[in-house]
Amino acid sequence: MAYAAAHADHHNSMGFFRRWLFSTNHKDIGTLYLIEAILAGVIGGGLSAVMRAELAEPGVQIFHNAHMYNAFATAHGLIMIFFMIMPALIGGFGNWFVPLMIGAPDMAFPRMNNISFWFLAAALILILTSMFVPDTSEGTGFGGGWTIYPPLSSKAGAPGPAMDLAIFAIHLAGASSILGAINFITTIFNMRAPGMTLHKMPLFVWSILVTAFLLLLALPVLAGAVTMLLTDRNFGTTFFDPQGGGDPILFQHLFWFFGHPEVYILVLPAFGIVSQVISTFSKKPVFGYLGMAYAMVAIGGIGFVVWAHHMYTVGMSANAQAYFLVATMVIAVPTGIKVFSWIATMWGGSIEFKTPMLWAIGFIFLFTLGGVTGVVLSNTGIDRSLHDTYYVIAHFHYTMSLGATFGIFCGWYYWFPKMTGYMYSEFLGKLHFWLTFIGVNTIFFPQHFLGLSGMPRRIVDYPEAFAGWNMVSSFGALLSTIGLVVFLISIVDAFARKRKAADNPWGVGATTLEWTLPSPPPFHTFETLPRIK
Amino acid sequence: MSRARNRDLIHRHRTVAFSCAVFVAAMVGVAYASVPLYDWFCRTTGFGGIPLVAKESPAAPIARKITVRFDGNVAGGLPWTFAPEKNEIELAIGETVLFHYVAKSQGARETVGIASYNVSPPEAASYFNKIQCFCFTDQKLSPGERVDMPVVFFVDPAIDEDAEFKSLRVITLSYTFFPSKRMPDPLAAASGDTRVR
Repeated sequence: MAYAAAHADHHNSMGFFRRWLFSTNHKDIGTLYLIEAILAGVIGGGLSAVMRAELAEPGVQIFHNAHMYNAFATAHGLIMIFFMIMPALIGGFGNWFVPLMIGAPDMAFPRMNNISFWFLAAALILILTSMFVPDTSEGTGFGGGWTIYPPLSSKAGAPGPAMDLAIFAIHLAGASSILGAINFITTIFNMRAPGMTLHKMPLFVWSILVTAFLLLLALPVLAGAVTMLLTDRNFGTTFFDPQGGGDPILFQHLFWFFGHPEVYILVLPAFGIVSQVISTFSKKPVFGYLGMAYAMVAIGGIGFVVWAHHMYTVGMSANAQAYFLVATMVIAVPTGIKVFSWIATMWGGSIEFKTPMLWAIGFIFLFTLGGVTGVVLSNTGIDRSLHDTYYVIAHFHYTMSLGATFGIFCGWYYWFPKMTGYMYSEFLGKLHFWLTFIGVNTIFFPQHFLGLSGMPRRIVDYPEAFAGWNMVSSFGALLSTIGLVVFLISIVDAFARKRKAADNPWGVGATTLEWTLPSPPPFHTFETLPRIK
Repeated sequence: MSRARNRDLIHRHRTVAFSCAVFVAAMVGVAYASVPLYDWFCRTTGFGGIPLVAKESPAAPIARKITVRFDGNVAGGLPWTFAPEKNEIELAIGETVLFHYVAKSQGARETVGIASYNVSPPEAASYFNKIQCFCFTDQKLSPGERVDMPVVFFVDPAIDEDAEFKSLRVITLSYTFFPSKRMPDPLAAASGDTRVR
């Protein structure tokens, strides 16, 4: 054991660069991912705050021209998806807690874990650089939307190098996620502690496992599609160019074959976190454990056969539209199983409204609302009139900005004491929650009205008729920006006050393995494997 | 952890990781395979408004009539004028018709164009059959040359049984000429490069 003790102190003797740049420790890499996600979240959120400031009133006040606004909107989407939500939920919490929850000493491939993170860091630099290099004669930064449809993203629509840099960023971020997914799958399959069967794994680990498989299926298709786009742009191929017999609609099919599973990649880990938190603060095991686990598998599976509901207006036959309509609505069934199981978990529980629990309940409420508008949009007839309007913006922000992001904050406050060893301020945490909850609802709820009355998305200026609700929406953006500042203050506060956190600050409800360890856990954990009965 | 157990674990890690890597490679392959597959799928089913290519005419026309409208466009970079000889014709469903577009080159040099095509409503494409069309191959025009470009087509009588098209009265056939990517440069032409579409 003398060897183990010496080993545990080992990290103290490591220099800063050795520890953080060459890191192979799952906790350190998780921390790096979380720092990256906070940074990207502040940048991406900042972009959207400027956009909301512009949209507060009709006319063009802040931006030089429409292209600049479009470039901001594009960068906001790409940064939030690839550099905020995914790194926080999968890279951050996944790296930190998958090994701890299954009782493994580390990830299966620690060095591959390191390269995953640095690929992502390089990709972030590329996407940010892309905003400052020329796109069209109108200005810098690609402005064709995060969906990068050709011909907007072909040489014709985006002649400058901004699009090429964005493609490289997507390549690198995708490679990073694929390597991470392989790592998670190997870890979860091979390194569970004795007695930890698949059907005893905590739901968060289940959610990461399903997500990893979705990444493995979806991301290579995106990589293929953007590679075709790259060769179309630079090497004279014509995959998406009708001049040479190509078809731009093919890109939309490939993109959404990735893009739809991607939305479940973003939200499944949040499902996992919310399940842990609801169970912890209701002091009850989660209701219908197996149903919860296999509902995630079902959501992931069906998620691959509904992609064309993003493209009802490209000219599909009525039969194809009917199929995608029905398949899309079917997803509401496993999602409903999850929502009702969360409610049933709370039912009759001894509920404690600590900050993580507030975020979890907020998540259930808002995600359900976003899901309901999704069912509305799945109707091909209604979609004809709502396609590309603010109703769609409201829908996917209720699932992403208010769903997945609430899941991230939920996990953040839940595991903050474990990760840092310090308690966050309950007051600041709750203030952050209420400011954000009221703020984001003020932003996005009125956007349903704007969409129903026909306001198109991706426009810098709009007719006077839409003025009122846009002002309300921008006021909400101000409120949630203040919420973001409170979040940053709460981090500084926790590190400054150094309130020591107990090993298990949440009491009897917290039953997963990470709460059996000290807070913060030592550099190396579970060198002797725990036994699960 | 004993050394044998450790070696076994490394072996299992490799197996899982290798399977995942093969799977990722296969998915990239599927993405590329989707290009010819999608092309084949569109041509076979008429999906996305790509009209079908037929070898022979149907047995007999039926009583129902349909109007076919014609549209012709030229993309930038090709110095041609291109228009149908008539804007629309009425024909019996199942009747085989020969129709002409007229193209005229205003370029100073020999130019090669290729036409892309589709029909509207796109769903009707699966019943719109071409037996012969100028759009199947590259079209070469000398300076000032004027050419009649023929298309032979029919509307499949099966459309009459499709509930979706009970009330369909008009189908629009549209062509857009692009400069051919396969425009042979003078040297390749001299060396006998006979690549066709």
